[in-house]
Amino acid sequence: MKLEMKDRPGQLVAALKPISAVGGNIIAVIHQRETPAATETLDVQIVLELPEGRLDNLLELLREQGVSVVRIGEERLLYECTLIMIGHLMHTDLSDTVDSIDRTGSAEVTGLSLVMPAINAPSSARITIRSTTRTEMAKAIRILRGVAERKSLLIIEPLEGA
Amino acid sequence: MRIALLGLGSVGRGIVRTILAKDLDITVTGLADSRSGIIDAGGIDLLAALARKEEGGPCGRPDVSPADVVAKAEYDVLVEVTPTNVETAEPALGHMRAALRRHKHVVTSNKGPIAIAYPELRALAAANGVFLKYEATVCGAIPLIHAIQEGLAGNTISRLSGVFNGTCNYILTRMAAEGLTYEQALAEARELGYAEADPTYDVEGIDAAIKLVILANTVLDMHATLDDVERTGITLLTPDALQLAEDQDCTIRLIGEIIPGAGVLRVSPRIIPKAHPLVVEGTLNAVTVEADLAGDLTFIGKGAGSIETASAVIGDLLAIRERHVQGS
Ligand SMILES: NC(=O)c1ccc[n+]([C@@H]2O[C@H](COP(=O)([O-])OP(=O)(O)OC[C@H]3O[C@@H](n4cnc5c(N)ncnc54)[C@H](OP(=O)(O)O)[C@@H]3O)[C@@H](O)[C@H]2O)c1
Repeated sequence: MKLEMKDRPGQLVAALKPISAVGGNIIAVIHQRETPAATETLDVQIVLELPEGRLDNLLELLREQGVSVVRIGEERLLYECTLIMIGHLMHTDLSDTVDSIDRTGSAEVTGLSLVMPAINAPSSARITIRSTTRTEMAKAIRILRGVAERKSLLIIEPLEGA
Repeated sequence: MRIALLGLGSVGRGIVRTILAKDLDITVTGLADSRSGIIDAGGIDLLAALARKEEGGPCGRPDVSPADVVAKAEYDVLVEVTPTNVETAEPALGHMRAALRRHKHVVTSNKGPIAIAYPELRALAAANGVFLKYEATVCGAIPLIHAIQEGLAGNTISRLSGVFNGTCNYILTRMAAEGLTYEQALAEARELGYAEADPTYDVEGIDAAIKLVILANTVLDMHATLDDVERTGITLLTPDALQLAEDQDCTIRLIGEIIPGAGVLRVSPRIIPKAHPLVVEGTLNAVTVEADLAGDLTFIGKGAGSIETASAVIGDLLAIRERHVQGS
């Protein structure tokens, strides 16, 4: 979401405090320098993670602090993780493997590159998952691991997480 | 300083050659291989023993056993560099116990006894007022144990991750560079002497897992066994998988990882950016230690090799001499 506030000391703090008060997690604070000076406001974008159902609460707290929210961004799936799978991916129903992630509602498969091998040889695929939170990503990877074990697939995870 | 040396293979010969080449003031008074032994309080003729070994013979007399050397020779430190047995750790474990009971320090490159019986051996060493050192058991020449125990004393380590097996790293490096299949890269590693005839221990991640167990139990205050390590090897990796990683400026390496706080002990192939410090070439090893005071530290070096592993053993020996002299 994007917050606009007066360019006055203390305003940024006034905007950030309520976020932690409702259990949110600030991911990035971006100052927009191209704002016309005449408006005497500092445009700030705050990228944050919010527990389900806390948005109204946060907006109210911000209003009390005199911070006006210009726009609420729609970016829901903030985290991305790319893994590689090896095994008989087609014979073990690849779309079911993908569905196991999509069914969670909080993570989805946003990319898949499959290399077709020689007949009967194991195939390899790169799969990209996006999720709303770090926790949801960990959950999605756990689900994928479970599916892989059942279908005898090898999952190669990145060394560093989402 | 007088030592008794058990094992005159790759590591043992590296130690002997180093003692011969450098003025370290180390005298070998006991020596044994699998079939023979020598005891000589005045100092064994190492050149002659090496020559006998190079001709394919035993190093000493067939009527002197390794157990005799441990029990009867006059020495300050037992240097145990015989093959690793991960099931029983024997006969090395028995030899180490016997030496410690004789109030002799023990230095080893043998992973078996340290992975299986470290708490017992440490207690035995303490009870007898001697040191037990094992730097060479993990990552050959890299002084990782010293770094964590001494250099990073006072730090809390939140994570340790790295390339602990040179054979796997060689195979993966070659698969990525040349598009070789796993079988082709393994055959090449065998030809160059980087892989054993039976490579199971390396390619299934067992060797790396043992090293994690040693680190967990000796320097990270954990109580782990080999069964606690979640382990996946590299045998199923395809050239396609390496290419898929490559398309994203990444590669695949067999990574050993310990997260003490979460109880995680894991060996598995992982996707890793090519620019990452743990992406080392060929048979090199690399370990990143994440410490609260020091920050991240990455150690890179040779994880095996005759002289390289001897370096770690000699380092332990000289550290014992230093402390022994200072303490007395
Ligand atoms: N090579 C490396 O780079 C490296 C690196 C780190 C750790 N390590 C560890 O260091 C140890 C030695 O490795 P290595 O490569 O030197 O092995 P190696 O070349 O196979 O040599 C083993 C030596 O031990 C002797 N031996 C076997 N059983 C014995 C027994 N019961 N009593 C006395 N001696 C016995 C062998 O005798 P014979 O000569 O009669 O066969 C041989 O001389 C292993 O535990 C290994 O895991 C090795």
